[in-house]
Amino acid sequence: MDLAVHFRAAVALAGRFPALSGADLDVAAGEIVAVLGPNGAGKTSLLRACAGLVPVTSGEAVVLGCDLRSERTAVRRRVGLLGHDPSLYDELTALENVRFAVRAAGGATTRVGTALERLGLTGRLPRTPVMRMSAGQRRRTALAVLVARAPELWLLDEPHAGLDADARGIVGSLLEEAACAGAAVVLTSHEPDLAEPLADRVALMSGGRIAQVRAGGRHRPPAEPVLVALAEETADVA
Amino acid sequence: MSARMRLATRMVGLAALVSTAFTVWLAFWVTPPAKVMGTLVRLLYLHPPVAWVALYCAFGLAALSSLLYLWRRTRTLFWDRLGASAVEVGVVFTALTLITGSLWGRPTWGVWWTWTARLTSTALLLVLFLGYLALRRVPADPEVRARRCAVAALVAFVDVPIVMFSVDWWQTLHQQGTVLNPGLDLKVHGSMAWTMLLGFVAMTLVFVWMVLVRYRVEVLADRIGDEELEVSLSERWAEGSAVTLDPGAPSRGAPGRGAPGLPATLVGVGRRAEDLAEHASPVPEHASLVAEHAAPVPEHASPVAEPLPGHATEPLGGRR
Amino acid sequence: MWRDALLVAGKDVRIELRSRVALWQVLPFAVLVLVLFGFALGPGPSALRVAAPGLYWLAVLFTTVLATQRSMAIESGEGTRDGLRLSGIDPAGVFLGKVAAVALQLVAVQVVLGAGIVVLFDVHVATWWLALVASLLATVGLSAAGVLYGALSAGLRVRETLLPLLVLPIVAPVLIAGSRAWSAALSGAVASGASWLKILGPFAAVYLAVGVALYGPLQETA
Repeated sequence: MDLAVHFRAAVALAGRFPALSGADLDVAAGEIVAVLGPNGAGKTSLLRACAGLVPVTSGEAVVLGCDLRSERTAVRRRVGLLGHDPSLYDELTALENVRFAVRAAGGATTRVGTALERLGLTGRLPRTPVMRMSAGQRRRTALAVLVARAPELWLLDEPHAGLDADARGIVGSLLEEAACAGAAVVLTSHEPDLAEPLADRVALMSGGRIAQVRAGGRHRPPAEPVLVALAEETADVA
Repeated sequence: MSARMRLATRMVGLAALVSTAFTVWLAFWVTPPAKVMGTLVRLLYLHPPVAWVALYCAFGLAALSSLLYLWRRTRTLFWDRLGASAVEVGVVFTALTLITGSLWGRPTWGVWWTWTARLTSTALLLVLFLGYLALRRVPADPEVRARRCAVAALVAFVDVPIVMFSVDWWQTLHQQGTVLNPGLDLKVHGSMAWTMLLGFVAMTLVFVWMVLVRYRVEVLADRIGDEELEVSLSERWAEGSAVTLDPGAPSRGAPGRGAPGLPATLVGVGRRAEDLAEHASPVPEHASLVAEHAAPVPEHASPVAEPLPGHATEPLGGRR
Repeated sequence: MWRDALLVAGKDVRIELRSRVALWQVLPFAVLVLVLFGFALGPGPSALRVAAPGLYWLAVLFTTVLATQRSMAIESGEGTRDGLRLSGIDPAGVFLGKVAAVALQLVAVQVVLGAGIVVLFDVHVATWWLALVASLLATVGLSAAGVLYGALSAGLRVRETLLPLLVLPIVAPVLIAGSRAWSAALSGAVASGASWLKILGPFAAVYLAVGVALYGPLQETA
């Protein structure tokens, strides 16, 4: 089993601030890890370091086989990050945004329609410019980008924030599917009740380090034919 | 910056002082006034050397160091600091070139400024590198700032020949490349030539000295930044160990530990925890923060790198 | 790289068509500059006619600053900047795409400005091809230099004030060569005008090359 994320005593600087002050984290493929902790604990920086956006200045940091200290940009095409601010262009429609992101990553646009449908963006919504959408709909669009891109490592910064109960349910099942298809998932949350049941392991962060790791509540279902097919599809795309 | 370096800086400073004083003495008391220009000719010992330093030494050095910074194999902050120092000193010398030229131009040509190719391109160069300094003042992470400034300097350098070429075509009133109008009938010879040569040496020495001092200032400023970083890192550590998240659990766990009850697929993760136990050293490896791209396990132990409470991990396997 | 460039250019142009910033802000600004020059240089047509090429190119330069600022504003959202870096698009492709989109807007503005100086300043163009070739080469050079510096100052809090300071000295050769080439085109002095293309062409080529080479490290600084 390959490690998707391998951080050992990783220090990452956001400007001159040590956002990560020696973080240790291993995430295996097919695993979901929830990162909890107070504000300023370094959760967002951990995700951004995994995505190669924040440089790791010391320690070990290997993501998807790429050493972040030497080849920070190589990993980017293969990870998907859902940030606080959804990375969407206001003037473009949901459909155009998702299609642009998928094409940029070099993927096929065949799954764009289904991805939008999965997030409940149907009817006129896919053809609505993002700036006329509600905050929740924008977040759904940003999630649809991830679903359509099907990255090998999903990094979600508070995926539950700003979503209604319906959408939260969708997020849970999407992450479960992604993990079953062989992707690794790291999500942060302020709501342990929502995050813990989804995760194999729960990491508690404070002061830029992983302070503690405990088991989460995820129960892996036996492999179903549908999921195996999905896994193969993802492997093809990758 | 070693003691030897400081001594060298001082020696260069002394040499610059002596040669400048000697030039001044030769320029004012030894060399004769010229036939037509009279005593104004004494600017000959200042203006061309200053221009030489500004246009060739300073910006040449800045271009070279920007290039070497951007080239991966030679990428160290040394080149960034050197380039910045050279540009800053170069801007001063370029301004001096324009001022001394203007002082000379007023009595000889009757105007403070003419739109000749030489003047125009020098002025443009000054503005280009003022832009660089403005960019450098924008607060940023040293690496980020270094990269940004190196690109800016290089882009500006690429422009210099184009500017010179276009301005030359644009206004070729002054195409004779000599320092003076030919009509003024000035022959540089004898003691004047020697004084001018000494002027070049003196100004180059002044330039080198200023760059050395400026470089030292950059190093010290960065060191302050690093020390602040060490302080904030230790604060961050303290913050981390102050919060106890779950009193029952060990204060700090190794991730990748296979907890009981996890599915069998996670056995691999558990195995890795044993690898981790081998890796886990009592001294955390964060000391290399200062040394960019240093070896993964640096030797130098900073104040932060003492085993901190909560980080001195117990054997990772024997958790329960 | 080319596929990425096309993708980015298509996206930028589409956003521009939707938001119409170029149409409703940049274009009127360019025309306004011409009118203001008219006020400054007095009602006599002869002075305006002599100055027309220079005024035209000054207006184009100011427009370049606006257009590149706008081009970078599209990516200025915290999320979108990360998005572009994470998307895996070749940085050279991003650069070329953005240059293409800016160049397209500059061409549109120049058509209006050209009509503007003909109408307002009573100018007659003797050699059309020279004016067109000069404009085309200058547009590529201006867009390349503009996008390069736009990326350099993107994400900085002081970018509105910094960008003109950085870009305008750099593009001074374009102003010189462009105005001279246009003066020649207006008077029909083809031989002297064509020699200015020898500055506009290399300028465009050099800045395209520099951008392709350096946009990657630049993107990481934002």
